Amino acid sequence: MTRLLPMLLALMALMPGTLAAQTALPPAPYANRQLDDPAMEAKATALMHSIRCLTCQSQSIADSDASMASDLRSEIRERIAAGEEPEAIRAWLIERYGDWISYKPTADPILWPLWAAPLLLLGAGGVLAYGRMRRRRGNKG
Amino acid sequence: MKKRSLILWIPLAGYLIFLAIASLGLNREQQTVVESRMIGKEVPGLDLPAAASSRPALSTKDIADGQPRLLNIFASWCVPCIAEAPVLMELAQRGVPIDGVAIRDARGDVDNFLTRHGNPYQRIGLDARSTLQFYMGSSGVPETFVVDGKGVIRYQHIGVIGPQDVDMILKKLREAEA
Repeated sequence: MTRLLPMLLALMALMPGTLAAQTALPPAPYANRQLDDPAMEAKATALMHSIRCLTCQSQSIADSDASMASDLRSEIRERIAAGEEPEAIRAWLIERYGDWISYKPTADPILWPLWAAPLLLLGAGGVLAYGRMRRRRGNKG
Repeated sequence: MKKRSLILWIPLAGYLIFLAIASLGLNREQQTVVESRMIGKEVPGLDLPAAASSRPALSTKDIADGQPRLLNIFASWCVPCIAEAPVLMELAQRGVPIDGVAIRDARGDVDNFLTRHGNPYQRIGLDARSTLQFYMGSSGVPETFVVDGKGVIRYQHIGVIGPQDVDMILKKLREAEA
């Protein structure tokens, strides 16, 4: 612990500097502020949870503190407030960044095996169960 | 009987296949670069206010003037942009027209940055809320787009343009002339 302390202090001393280096501006107006209309805010939040952050790629923009994620949250809230549909905004983003920006699964041919897997497994289970039940009945009779 | 005991191995085989795919996937290098899908499309028209005292504002509609040019996305708070600055200066000295877009920046900071690291730009627009980046499919700072004389995006360079990239950038600009 005594060895860790100086390192911790050094880290803390560095932190304000790195934060200031991010950007000089305050966050965009609707980055961290909800829309007044709860229904619209719900729409916007649902979309934000399924849009990937460009800076922190394993987070959604709803979860990320990156300045680009804040800007995109504000952009999305303002567009929803202006009457745009969430799926139209998603399509607009995919047009620019590719499917990669959206967490919502698509129905692309490459994903067909994935969609088919539950049906195939259920079918296989059904066949197994049917065979077993028939055999058991056969044993009894 | 033989057939049944073979069937018993199927779940284990399935598990091993899953394990193999999962470990391959975990060891594969993560995708870190998101390429723009806007290449081959026109630069979106946006009016950006002037980001610096010494250069005019940038309206991307004016970008198509018959000559290929660079659109450089930078910021005064961006450390790699300092490394890129001398290379952009060299390109400007070789006659390459360069427009700049300062992301989430303030005029005083941009002025300081240009005084310290040089000013290769003809026009500099201020993008206070990353809007141009969203329109262009750009995912970080710095990034540079090659735009042809008709205003069509021809190439996106993600990250710093280093001294070793100068020839490649000049080649992309020549290709954009055709």
